[in-house]
Amino acid sequence: MIRAGLARQLRAHGTFIGLALLFALVLLFFGLATPRFWSFGTFQSVAYQLPELGLLTLAMLLPILSGGLNLAITFTANIAALAMAAIIQAGGGPEAGIGFVLLGVVAALGVGILVGWVMGVIVAFIGAHPILVSLAMMIFLGGLGEFLTRGGDISGFPPFVARIGHGTLFGIPIPLWLFLLAAAFWQLMLSRTKFGFSVYMLGSNPEATRYSGIDTRRVLVLVYVLSGLMSALAGILMLTRFNSVRVGHGEAYLLITVLACFLGGVDPFGGFGRTLAVVMALVILQTVASGLNLMGAHQHLATALWGLFLLATMIARWIWLRWRGQGP
Amino acid sequence: MPERQSPLARLAPRSTEAWLALVILLLAGFLGIATDTFLTLTNLFDLLNISAFNVILALGLLVVLVAGGIDISFAVAASVVQYLVAVTVMAIGGGNWALGILLAAGFGCLLGAINAALIHYCRIISIVVTIATFNVFFGLLMFTTRGRSIYNLPDWWLDRIILLEIETRSGFAFLTLPVLVMACMVLATWLLLNRLNLGRQLYAMGDNPDGARRIGIDIAAMHFLAYGWLGACAGIGGLMQAHYVQEVVPNALYGRELDVLAAVVLGGARLGGGRGTVLGTILGVALVTMTANGLNLLGVSPYAFKMVVGLVILVAITMSNLQGLEQLWRRLRRRPVAEAGR
Repeated sequence: MIRAGLARQLRAHGTFIGLALLFALVLLFFGLATPRFWSFGTFQSVAYQLPELGLLTLAMLLPILSGGLNLAITFTANIAALAMAAIIQAGGGPEAGIGFVLLGVVAALGVGILVGWVMGVIVAFIGAHPILVSLAMMIFLGGLGEFLTRGGDISGFPPFVARIGHGTLFGIPIPLWLFLLAAAFWQLMLSRTKFGFSVYMLGSNPEATRYSGIDTRRVLVLVYVLSGLMSALAGILMLTRFNSVRVGHGEAYLLITVLACFLGGVDPFGGFGRTLAVVMALVILQTVASGLNLMGAHQHLATALWGLFLLATMIARWIWLRWRGQGP
Repeated sequence: MPERQSPLARLAPRSTEAWLALVILLLAGFLGIATDTFLTLTNLFDLLNISAFNVILALGLLVVLVAGGIDISFAVAASVVQYLVAVTVMAIGGGNWALGILLAAGFGCLLGAINAALIHYCRIISIVVTIATFNVFFGLLMFTTRGRSIYNLPDWWLDRIILLEIETRSGFAFLTLPVLVMACMVLATWLLLNRLNLGRQLYAMGDNPDGARRIGIDIAAMHFLAYGWLGACAGIGGLMQAHYVQEVVPNALYGRELDVLAAVVLGGARLGGGRGTVLGTILGVALVTMTANGLNLLGVSPYAFKMVVGLVILVAITMSNLQGLEQLWRRLRRRPVAEAGR
């Protein structure tokens, strides 16, 4: 009886229990591996670096839930930040007033929405595969960025811009506030609105969703628009954090966003997955990243480890599903 | 609702291949007029020499796409194979072309089999597996080699083999070994996909995996065949690329997978499986290569190249379903009415 009850609990909350165990393991491992791990510095690095990765992961989560994928998130972020940088430069660079910066933010968000809209329309109306569409968009945006910047950096922003990326509000870093707000918004949207429900339905059975009277094309377009918007927000944040824009910045995040979604229990085919679990997965991954950094791991070795981590996650998921399928 | 064919759709060429051939002819005509170097034998032979590597990889990727999968790890896998072959032949002190090709195909197959095993036995979707193996292959390669290149390759690997040499007014035009290997791979892939029962099974699996399983197709074998074929193509392509540039550089092929994927998809292979031809793939690579070459000859900044390729694919995707485009247009025009009626 007790065993059956435990098994039921485990099945219902398996993702959360698994993630909590994994987090404990990660903390234990790095704590033993490097004595400097248990310090305020580690906490700080996680708190400041999590938000960029987090916003990009939210941008990836929505398309995956709808049964697609958005491979263009990092370059959308770059191009949006580029638009913002261009407007700040036009407003006088370091002497630009707050008006220009705000205008830049609006322009960046607009670029994100536009990019997302184009992808959404092609996916929804042309019926092309999201992987293909977002890949083509990624090649295009990457090329556009290279063409515009000639592979260089763009910097020279007013000092208060950098303060947004490094400042705190009530003791909590401003980027973290931004991420928490965005995550809360995603959580509410996905669990409490008609649109959120439609996204889940679309991911699990597009035909049935269409027959039940939902305008699936409109939902799909909105999914990619929101994904583009969230990518743009990540781009703005990266601009304030690095005080510069470089196309290709954050390219390595792409793998980690996919990893965070699947580690957080999101179904790769769409339809299932919770924002809260993905946020938990993010905290674990950022802790691992900071820990590896602290240990001075070789950059390319870290790349390989991320790849292995993704494979291990998917294999664990497969074993878990088999066990659950055959369990009592 | 009865299917209504739009006048636009009726005018369009029937097949992707016909579309591509038309675009390529127009582009060649334009470049021939706009530049005085494009339509020379030297330039055309050079295009063949350069694109041999891309065609070989594209053929492998075509097989995977036909089978309903996708792979982005193959270009990095080609780099790994270059290293493995270089280290092996240097360890046994020499070797020759036959051994080199055998080793390259073998190592490539092995790397492909890793992908196939993860996709088939662990039921992970192919894009996720290959994103992971892309990073594992590249990370481990850069870590173990510390980013060092190999220049002292054996002589047989480095010696230029010229198949055909023609003297023209603008200099010597010559075809090299990679073009011959490319031709062999084209023939082999065509035979596999069109003349062998195995090829038809690949199309069947890509079109409808459940149906294929129920009529008794060995899905595991098909996965290993498709990814193994791509691996072998990547290995042989890598061997040719190292021969062409006379060195092995660990990150030389990083990012090439996107160009190749773009070309194959332009050639009409469908993500999701079941569709794609060898001819279309070759035309796709030809279009991408010609676009790059043309931009170069026209004096356009090389920075613009990727942008143009991305744009060409986006337009090609959009043009692939003109009815969808019309529906979008109608909806945009009638948006207020449609919303009121909903």
